[in-house]
Amino acid sequence: MSAPIKVTLNGAPREFPAPLTFTQLLDELALAGRRFAVERNGEIVPRSRFAEARLADGDRIEVVIAVGGG
Amino acid sequence: MSTDKLIVAGKPYGSRLLVGTGKYRDFDETRRAIEASGAEIVTVAIRRTNIGQNAGEPSLLEVLPPSKYTILPNTAGCYTAQDAVRTLRLAREILEGHALVKLEVLGDAQSLYPNMPETLAAAKTLVAEGFQVMAYCNDDPIMAKQLEELGCVAVMPLASLIGSGMGILNPWNLKIIIDRVRVPVLVDAGIGTASDAAIAMELGCDGVLMNTAIAKAKDPVRMARAMKLAVEAGREAFLAGRMAKKPYEASPSSPEGGLIQKSA
Repeated sequence: MSAPIKVTLNGAPREFPAPLTFTQLLDELALAGRRFAVERNGEIVPRSRFAEARLADGDRIEVVIAVGGG
Repeated sequence: MSTDKLIVAGKPYGSRLLVGTGKYRDFDETRRAIEASGAEIVTVAIRRTNIGQNAGEPSLLEVLPPSKYTILPNTAGCYTAQDAVRTLRLAREILEGHALVKLEVLGDAQSLYPNMPETLAAAKTLVAEGFQVMAYCNDDPIMAKQLEELGCVAVMPLASLIGSGMGILNPWNLKIIIDRVRVPVLVDAGIGTASDAAIAMELGCDGVLMNTAIAKAKDPVRMARAMKLAVEAGREAFLAGRMAKKPYEASPSSPEGGLIQKSA
């Protein structure tokens, strides 16, 4: 059993069991059916990479959606 | 009238009123107000999702589906070109390749006045990355011209401060921009009530973008309808061509001849 992965998710520290793909992370966040975008350390993670791309210790992850605004 | 379309980035729109989606009581009021406005282009902001707190709740894009509206993601809250570009890259990902965006880079939190050097820098990057940029700007004709030259698809000068409802404070500057810039000019920010929107359109603006004037009216749905009518009325008046102003010359509308009290 490997050590948990520590990431910063939308500004808050979180730990997840390793290994962790973006698909697994997003399943945890219950975003199914929603439109959202994911950024890792300032770079977009394209949808096509969710299944294979793994999170690494120290990653800064942003998950964003569209909200009301002018 | 049906042939009088607003063309933005080559795409025609029947409505010249663009509306924001912020500051409403709830999604139901948002939906009803936007329907009443007749707007086809609606702005949205990009924000962090509340992790684990929104399962099962409707999302804005379910209330305002991109199949029905042209979604215009904005960069509200960004103070640097870098943050604005980053936000719109995320927006493009959310909207699956969508290119039309509203760029606004703010200068300070008190006035929400645009930071034009940062806006120009962001516009340059975004245009190079294939975005179709509608840029919020000050009412400076030189800045508007530079945004056009950088490849922005529309320039959107403020009428007055964002959310102030103070109306059009400098119609003469807007007129200079309208006369000099070839891309659509939309007044963005400062509209307070229907007459402000009508005046913007009578000046020759191609459209008006507003949020607070509708959302913070006592009856937002009714104000949305008022704004729709005002934009249409102002546009029609502009196209009709108003009569000349003659400050020292009265002219009766009724015939001067045939008065009964005149003796033959």
